[in-house]
Amino acid sequence: MLTVQEDRSSSASSAVPPEARTEDYSIVTRGLTKRFRGGQVAVDHLDLAVPKGSVFGFLGPNGSGKTTTIRMLLGLVAPSEGGWELLGTAMPDGLRTALPRVGALVEGPSFYPYLSGEANLRRYDAADLTVDPRTASARIGEALERVGLTAAARKRYRAYSLGMRQRLAIAAALLRPRELLILDEPTNGLDPQGTREVRGLVKEIAAEGTTVFVSSHLLAEIEQMCSHVAVMRAGRLAAQGPLATLRAAEAVRISVETPDVAAAAAVLADLGLAGVRLGEDREDEVSAELGEKAAERICAELVTAGVAVRGLAVRRPSLEDVFVGLTGEGFDVAG
Amino acid sequence: MSPAEKGSPNQTMTAPQNTREKDTPPSETDALEGPTPGLTRTKEDSAEDSGLGASALGLRSEGAQRTNDEGKRRPESAQARDAEGVAKRRGLMRFLFSEVGLTFRRPRNLAMLGVLVLVPVLLGVALRAFGGPEPGDGAPGVFTQITGNGLFLTFAALSLLVQLLLPVSVAVVAGDSIAGEAGIGTLRYLLAVPVGRTRLLVVKYANAVIFCLAAVAAVASSALLTGLLLFPAGPITLLSGGTIPMAEGLLRIGLVVLYVAAGMAALAAISLAFSTLTEIAIGAIAATVVLVIVAQVLGVIPQLSGLRPYLLSSWWSGFDGVLRDPVATGEMGQGLLVFGAYIVIFGSIAWARFSGKDISG
Repeated sequence: MLTVQEDRSSSASSAVPPEARTEDYSIVTRGLTKRFRGGQVAVDHLDLAVPKGSVFGFLGPNGSGKTTTIRMLLGLVAPSEGGWELLGTAMPDGLRTALPRVGALVEGPSFYPYLSGEANLRRYDAADLTVDPRTASARIGEALERVGLTAAARKRYRAYSLGMRQRLAIAAALLRPRELLILDEPTNGLDPQGTREVRGLVKEIAAEGTTVFVSSHLLAEIEQMCSHVAVMRAGRLAAQGPLATLRAAEAVRISVETPDVAAAAAVLADLGLAGVRLGEDREDEVSAELGEKAAERICAELVTAGVAVRGLAVRRPSLEDVFVGLTGEGFDVAG
Repeated sequence: MSPAEKGSPNQTMTAPQNTREKDTPPSETDALEGPTPGLTRTKEDSAEDSGLGASALGLRSEGAQRTNDEGKRRPESAQARDAEGVAKRRGLMRFLFSEVGLTFRRPRNLAMLGVLVLVPVLLGVALRAFGGPEPGDGAPGVFTQITGNGLFLTFAALSLLVQLLLPVSVAVVAGDSIAGEAGIGTLRYLLAVPVGRTRLLVVKYANAVIFCLAAVAAVASSALLTGLLLFPAGPITLLSGGTIPMAEGLLRIGLVVLYVAAGMAALAAISLAFSTLTEIAIGAIAATVVLVIVAQVLGVIPQLSGLRPYLLSSWWSGFDGVLRDPVATGEMGQGLLVFGAYIVIFGSIAWARFSGKDISG
């Protein structure tokens, strides 16, 4: 299922298909909105539906409302409007029962600088009233092991590198088995090696059946990790759905290189091609959506009409094209 | 042009349909405005509050609290719920221990306690070296008696330190409690655990009270030890003329420690309230210290003497009553009432502010 938000009215309908049960989703938001004091709308009528078991990428440029959304999901910030569900429970009333099953990394790691990594995890574990304190040491050891910080467990957090801090934050989210992991920019500030490690960890966690909701402004990261994606643009949802569906959404285009752009455009339009555009990348180019037509037939028609064709190309859109089209902004593809 | 760009922002929009919204009506007001939009959250916290009340006071079992939601569905599992209540209480104690551990492991707080311990020693050494003030020098009564009886050093040290140094150290711990966590970002992780806002506030305040008691006790013990080492000790001659044995004197020092700690606990409530207003711990600490100083300045202006009974600082050193026989409870009783009033008022402010606050730091 792919929902591309054509206009505002469509965002009023729920993203959850009517035949589906909310239990099948780890996160559902309905018209979730945050207006800050002063009238700035950070998140505007957001309807997310994160299927259980998915690795859900939450993509958008910086400042598009991703972190505010995550803060609302976790009950840190009260929405101005709308509602949401976590793990099938309506929030915010159910926060106390749902959040212990949710691990979170929000806006970077935060720990007590004068405590060791291990003592920091113990501190967060002590704040959880629903865990068995007798298993604390074992769980903390396991979480540290999992992110590869066992050797640095006794080191003060102050002395941790950025990558170690990020990994400790992931360890904190893994202090107990979780049904949902919410990771806000988990690879921010990591070197390529660290990024790879985090990606591997996410895949591993997802393989165990945990739903992972991961936000990023990096297209490549989402593309490599995720099964589903939602794209944010200036606080609104531009699109969401399985990655494969989204990839197929942008039309294949035919591009004609010619000195007679006007004539070529007329021919393409006469052939019934949609989305004729003049000189997008260069001046001597005309492009249009190919649709069901055969490229060679179009070439023949152009030549018959006396258009001088210098070059003809069929362009399959990259995922980047899709997202740039949806958000109207570029993504840092390289990372 | 992308499909998303075609949307007209002025198009009419139907309200999002959500059956659950009957329970939690979306608030129109901005959540940053204060506790109003927190109404939805208040529900969560009030449930948590009652659980906490039961665990802290031991008045009602956790099971009784839950009758409304879970009890109807499985009344047979009362025992299980009691066990859950016990586990919750244990969990809460664990979090309080964690909090206390954090406070007393922090180098800054240890340094403050060190200074508090050092001042009575310096005071004792100075009095020993240069002799105490003579009666009529204008020094408070207890100071003139130190050289005669070392126990008086405790009273003197407390009445001296309660003016500024103790309040500052309490302000540092209590002012840091919420703002400090917000400042380094650990607050959002604690709340996402979830620790519960009311519960966090209560544990933070309990920790501040424990620190108050520890700080006052540290001053008293240091003064007591210094006094006994440097000066003669024996039965205490009271302000009312009578004499009490040393053992009873120690008991009365214990009363003073509790009274001063209560006064500091009232200040801690103010500091905690300030701490919920900012993400900069030093701001909350400085505001508390400024408040203390302003209160003391107002307290010594004769024209404003009508204000004195309402100022917290006026009551801090009002423990002379223990040096009378029988103990004059009048002034101390009033002092405790004032402390209680401050705790209730500023505790409520802290709660009202914190329970609906957006955590964006």
